[in-house]
Amino acid sequence: MAAIEILGLEKTYKIGFWRKRPKHALYPLQLTVEDGEIFGFLGPNGAGKTTTLKLLMGLVYPTAGSARILGREWTDPSVKAQIGFLPEQPYFYDYLTAHELLEYYGQLSGVPAKQRKQRVDQVLHQVGLRDVQGLQLRKFSKGMLQRVGIGQAILHDPKLVFLDEPMSGLDPMGRREVRDLMEELKHQGKTVFFSTHILSDAEALCDRVAIIHKGELRGVGRVEDLTSTIQGKVEIIWQGTQVPAAIKAMVAECHVSGDRVRVIVEENQQDMVIDILRRERQRLVAVIPVRTSLEAYFVEKLRRAETTAGSTI
Amino acid sequence: MKHRKKISLIAGACMVLSLVASSIVLHRTDQLRPQATLDEVLFLNSPKVIKRASLGFDGLVACIYWTRAVQYFGSRFRYAEPNYSLLAPLLEITTQLDPHLVVAYDFGSTFLASKQYGAGEPERAIELVNYGIQNNPDNWRLYYDLGFVYYMELKDYKSAAEAFERGSRVPNAHPFVKILAAQMAQHAGEYQTARMLWSATFQTTHDKQIKQSAFEHLRALRVDEDVTHLQDGVTHFGERTGRLPASMAELLAAMGLDRVPVDPDGNPYKLTPEGRVEVRVPDDFAFATKGLPPGYKPPPKAHAQF
Amino acid sequence: MRARIAHIASNTFREAVRDRVLYNLIAFVLLLSGAAVLVGQISIEIEKLVVINLGLTAVSLFGVVIAIFIGIGLVSKEIEKRTLYTVLSRPVRRWEFIIGKFFGLAGTLVVNTFFMAIGVFGALFYVSHKFVRADALILVALYFIILEFIIICSLSLLFSSFSSPLLSAVFAFSLFVIGSFAEDLRNFAGMAHGMSRWLATGAAYVVPNLSAFNIISSIAHEQPVAGQLVLQNTLYALFYASMALSGAVLIFERRDLK
Repeated sequence: MAAIEILGLEKTYKIGFWRKRPKHALYPLQLTVEDGEIFGFLGPNGAGKTTTLKLLMGLVYPTAGSARILGREWTDPSVKAQIGFLPEQPYFYDYLTAHELLEYYGQLSGVPAKQRKQRVDQVLHQVGLRDVQGLQLRKFSKGMLQRVGIGQAILHDPKLVFLDEPMSGLDPMGRREVRDLMEELKHQGKTVFFSTHILSDAEALCDRVAIIHKGELRGVGRVEDLTSTIQGKVEIIWQGTQVPAAIKAMVAECHVSGDRVRVIVEENQQDMVIDILRRERQRLVAVIPVRTSLEAYFVEKLRRAETTAGSTI
Repeated sequence: MKHRKKISLIAGACMVLSLVASSIVLHRTDQLRPQATLDEVLFLNSPKVIKRASLGFDGLVACIYWTRAVQYFGSRFRYAEPNYSLLAPLLEITTQLDPHLVVAYDFGSTFLASKQYGAGEPERAIELVNYGIQNNPDNWRLYYDLGFVYYMELKDYKSAAEAFERGSRVPNAHPFVKILAAQMAQHAGEYQTARMLWSATFQTTHDKQIKQSAFEHLRALRVDEDVTHLQDGVTHFGERTGRLPASMAELLAAMGLDRVPVDPDGNPYKLTPEGRVEVRVPDDFAFATKGLPPGYKPPPKAHAQF
Repeated sequence: MRARIAHIASNTFREAVRDRVLYNLIAFVLLLSGAAVLVGQISIEIEKLVVINLGLTAVSLFGVVIAIFIGIGLVSKEIEKRTLYTVLSRPVRRWEFIIGKFFGLAGTLVVNTFFMAIGVFGALFYVSHKFVRADALILVALYFIILEFIIICSLSLLFSSFSSPLLSAVFAFSLFVIGSFAEDLRNFAGMAHGMSRWLATGAAYVVPNLSAFNIISSIAHEQPVAGQLVLQNTLYALFYASMALSGAVLIFERRDLK
């Protein structure tokens, strides 16, 4: 069963006060997220990621289209008990303490009173806020608020978690923790749908990603599939101070530092370069396949979208 | 989608029903508390307190009290035996909140004073209008209102003439006010004043009709004066001899006059057997207050000119 | 459903308390005790009148100001600060949110009025050293004041559901002032003719009729209050609040939370 099926959701805002003109925040979107996967929703700022999430949360109403979440109509109120949501740059009732806030959200989500206390403590521990649970949220830093946000999203043990830019505002330690948490959720069999504009996060975590730009979907697929569509390259490093002429002719540039030489060649030239090095009696240090990064794919997609403006990929 | 539509429908229906229900309740409450807003006039009848309580918005509150006054008068007017006891306080509050609300003085002078159509409290009306004049000395209408209260309700022509005369001196006053002043003065027997006012009108007006009227009034004034003088002679004669003079000649002799006095048209005055001094042609002096046959009614044309 | 509304209401109450809203009570007590001591030096009989008039008027004004200033932010502030996102992504319906907020604010005002009422009775006891039977009328006046708050609460919530706090405050205050003179407005409508009569009558019935709730000056003179009026005012406040809240739900249910 698919966790999320987006069936042509579309949002057009009317902007301008006097002569209203339509602004497409999201063109009809078709997207399926499978059960149990971590799905990355990629795109630069203003691409339509947050709009999509708000549509799915029922905060904004679509101009057309519909969606199914966990097999049910997405407007079905019973769906909401089984999903968690972290908004972008979350902000909470700052007169409450972290503990009170989670308690309140637990009440709203219908967590039974008996389990609530225990569950709140558990989540506070999980997001690393146990020591500051009695502090009013107005005294929290941005990173701490992000943790509270993640805490409230997973509080009621939802089957499906939506995270809007979960890593933003966090230090490297925090990002690491959020990454671990997402993997743990996956491990528990939950589905994670998260949006980000930071590609390395998606690359490290996601089973599949979708790329969105200017309200339009540009590509969906497994990270490996997307990256392997571009020919790979190989990085070859050996000990020495000189570059044999035969190799020099083959590569555009080579870096010499200390007693190491480093060149990057096309995958199909790899054997030839190694043969030459053997013949020249150089000592090979490393041969590393350089997989095209998701970023390269992303940049490529956007570049192509710009040149063939309007055509979908 | 469906869910949202259902909620909207329920909320819409609930809103309409609640509005209807609240209107019905409100209607019934109004019947329960007739004149409820006027009750507070009984409790809060000090304009000073109300002025303080209006927190500086005296103008607005004055308008509200003014509406209440009109409303009160209107609702009482329909009763068989109307009781206007709150009219004076309502108007006093209104005008003290906004002393420049001239319409309130206008209205008050008429309906507060009138015995027939209003509260029949001319003294309070005069008080009200005098307060208005104090605050709006440049508004001729207030003097006019004041004059009318004296004239219509108190028949005090002298005070009326004085009020009209003061009004006529206000810049931009309607010329009519001066005419009224003159007329009142004539009624009051203040011929000097009346002559002066009519002469001024005659000389300053550019309106042909008014000029003509002023001229007619001046003529009538002379008749008034002459007749008064001669009539005094008749009275004097009676006191001395115990009878009426038999003829004009006998009267003139008794008064020490050598000539028969004539009216402005040159016709001599006549003495009736009842001892009344009269003009020969009453229609020529329709504005005269004296010297006309008893029960004389001026022809309609003359009456139309004041 | 009921549990969720109750949770939202109690959280709204908690917000008001933590925002130090009830601090107004201190100002109120100072005002009242100052007045009580002062009028204690004026002539007999009128001191009671002053304390009742001043006390109840202050209760009413303090409450209206609180109702408007909290009410106008109830929805719009939550949208602006995006605190609403994490609430509405839970099994909370939008109408439940509105109703919960309303009860939270109304509860805050009832508690606030309760403490102020204690203050009024305290000041009354200070100046007259005893309570008489007619003093029970003050309770009726306080009840009417609470009904008035309920109407103002629902109206500010209505404005908050579609407008910015500043505009909402302007709207709510204007309606409060107009509502205080609603009877005059209806009288005025009765005098008009034709089209303007219809419009004015319509407006006179849509604006809140607050003048029937103000019985402060008459109870200060120990005028009895008709039982019928108590019943009808109660019904009116409930119907009016229900109308305004339905309007708020209707608007809020359709809004995109950008």
